[in-house]
Amino acid sequence: MSARNSEDSRRSQILAALEDQDTTVVIDDPLENSMILNMGPQHPATHGVLRLLIKLDGETVMAAVPELGYLHRGYEKIAESSTYHEFIPHTDRLDYLSPLSNNVAYVLAVEKLAGIEIPRRAQYIRVLVCEMARVASHLVAIGSMAMDVGALTVLLWTFREREKLLDIYDVLCGARFTTSYTRIGGLQQDWTPQCTAMLRQFLSEFDADVREVEKLLQNNRIFIDRCENVGHISREDAIAWGLTGPLLRAAGVPRDLRRDVPYLVYPELDFKVITFTESDALARFYVRLAEMYESTGILSQALDKLPEGPYNAFETKKVLPAKERTYTRMEELIHDFMLINLGIDPPVGEVYHAVESSKGELGFYLVSDGTGHPWRMKIRSPSTCNLSTLPIMLKGGMISDIVAVIGSMDPVMGEADK
Amino acid sequence: MNDRILEKLHALVPENIAGSREFRDELTVTVTVDVLVRVCEFLKTDPELAFDMLIDLTAVDMYRPEARFEVVYLLYSLKNTRYLRLKVTVEEERATVPTVTGVWPAANWHERETFDMFGIRFAGHPDLRRLYMPEEFEHHPLRKDFPLMGIPDSLPLPRR
Repeated sequence: MSARNSEDSRRSQILAALEDQDTTVVIDDPLENSMILNMGPQHPATHGVLRLLIKLDGETVMAAVPELGYLHRGYEKIAESSTYHEFIPHTDRLDYLSPLSNNVAYVLAVEKLAGIEIPRRAQYIRVLVCEMARVASHLVAIGSMAMDVGALTVLLWTFREREKLLDIYDVLCGARFTTSYTRIGGLQQDWTPQCTAMLRQFLSEFDADVREVEKLLQNNRIFIDRCENVGHISREDAIAWGLTGPLLRAAGVPRDLRRDVPYLVYPELDFKVITFTESDALARFYVRLAEMYESTGILSQALDKLPEGPYNAFETKKVLPAKERTYTRMEELIHDFMLINLGIDPPVGEVYHAVESSKGELGFYLVSDGTGHPWRMKIRSPSTCNLSTLPIMLKGGMISDIVAVIGSMDPVMGEADK
Repeated sequence: MNDRILEKLHALVPENIAGSREFRDELTVTVTVDVLVRVCEFLKTDPELAFDMLIDLTAVDMYRPEARFEVVYLLYSLKNTRYLRLKVTVEEERATVPTVTGVWPAANWHERETFDMFGIRFAGHPDLRRLYMPEEFEHHPLRKDFPLMGIPDSLPLPRR
């Protein structure tokens, strides 16, 4: 009603001015009307099905409200009615850009709950796959962020690199995307010399290939202008809002779970925790870029140190036996049957285990009532927590910055919506 | 360190600690709802403990007649690089917990999600809407009495 009144008064103002034949009309504030813009869920720059409601004043973002749930599949509910093993394939579909590190994060939580110690070879292989997943995910993050601000070439080049990693996944576990590679107490199959050769080949080319990508962007005026001082969040806000991963490190907080709350064999490997203090989209880009080089360093160290030995823990009541033994021996067949149908039975208790995934802290909180199904499973997904800071990062920026900020945040909606 | 945390909490609210458990080196402390915000503020501001991050907040439906829900807070201290799990229990009829968004803004979306999934209300929350499910949905899916297959017609399809 009031909008119509102001519209009427403006019209009468214009009419009166025309009658006076004086064509200069002064309207108090031409930009006082704010506009609500709906962005997504089908929008190429929202990285999936993120929906944003944006309140605009001209081109300036006054407020932004993210709306989630377009990819909500109820994984926490599904987990409560499946055995601990059955849930592993679902973890692939959380952060679908780094399925391997989700697999590892989940089984580490289950192993902590059940108290299973895994062999050192399996730990090294898990470090290898986690770091490959991080490189693959950061490649997509960098490429899509550059594409969002207009540099399409970068995306094609980073996807070319990622393709080589997916080929290694293919040889390692028979799938390029939905890997489901880990098992409780070990792995689906062993790391092979062919994987070593392919990974060494990848590592030998990686530096030069990524330097090319870097060269495209490093002195690119358009890229820097669109990312610098965009999507800023203060260090205090970043901590208080629970940011994790590259976003927190770009805000100057050196928090990396691989170093702070060590798991697997990370204490035996040498790597730096990359931090920047600018806390803008450009800093996040550089954090990811530098982390990829650190990850390749970890990969070559882990390849050098990869010990021989079994890749599954010897715990017959908790770890699935090897397939060839299941088919030929009675005892293993019984164990296989029991584990598949009833699941492992961990003690009553609750654990939380988190890993540093490419997006941040990916944690699983498991509550066990002593049966083969978790009583409750909570996924602490880094993308959800990171997205909750989007209103702060976007406020006061330009509408064209939105895509750069979302790109620098690198959310994966499969994980954010669970 | 776990002993030190318990010691400090016992000194702060001796009457209101309902229990504590250590399992796989993880400390879980249960406090009563009335001192929750006070305990949270203490844990955050105490210079020695300094739990400055709220990593996760969720609930567990224990599906029992008394104290049906447990609301679980997972705190992290950047200084000591360690976690602490804080718990409160709530009844089904009065499923209301004071919000901790004033202590850690990170609780905002976590509390919305917990409200969405369990129907636990957070008193004083600035924007307590559902996070994942549609606004008009009437149930709370992660309650144990919500069937896995869903309830027919509870999610109306959009009209063409």
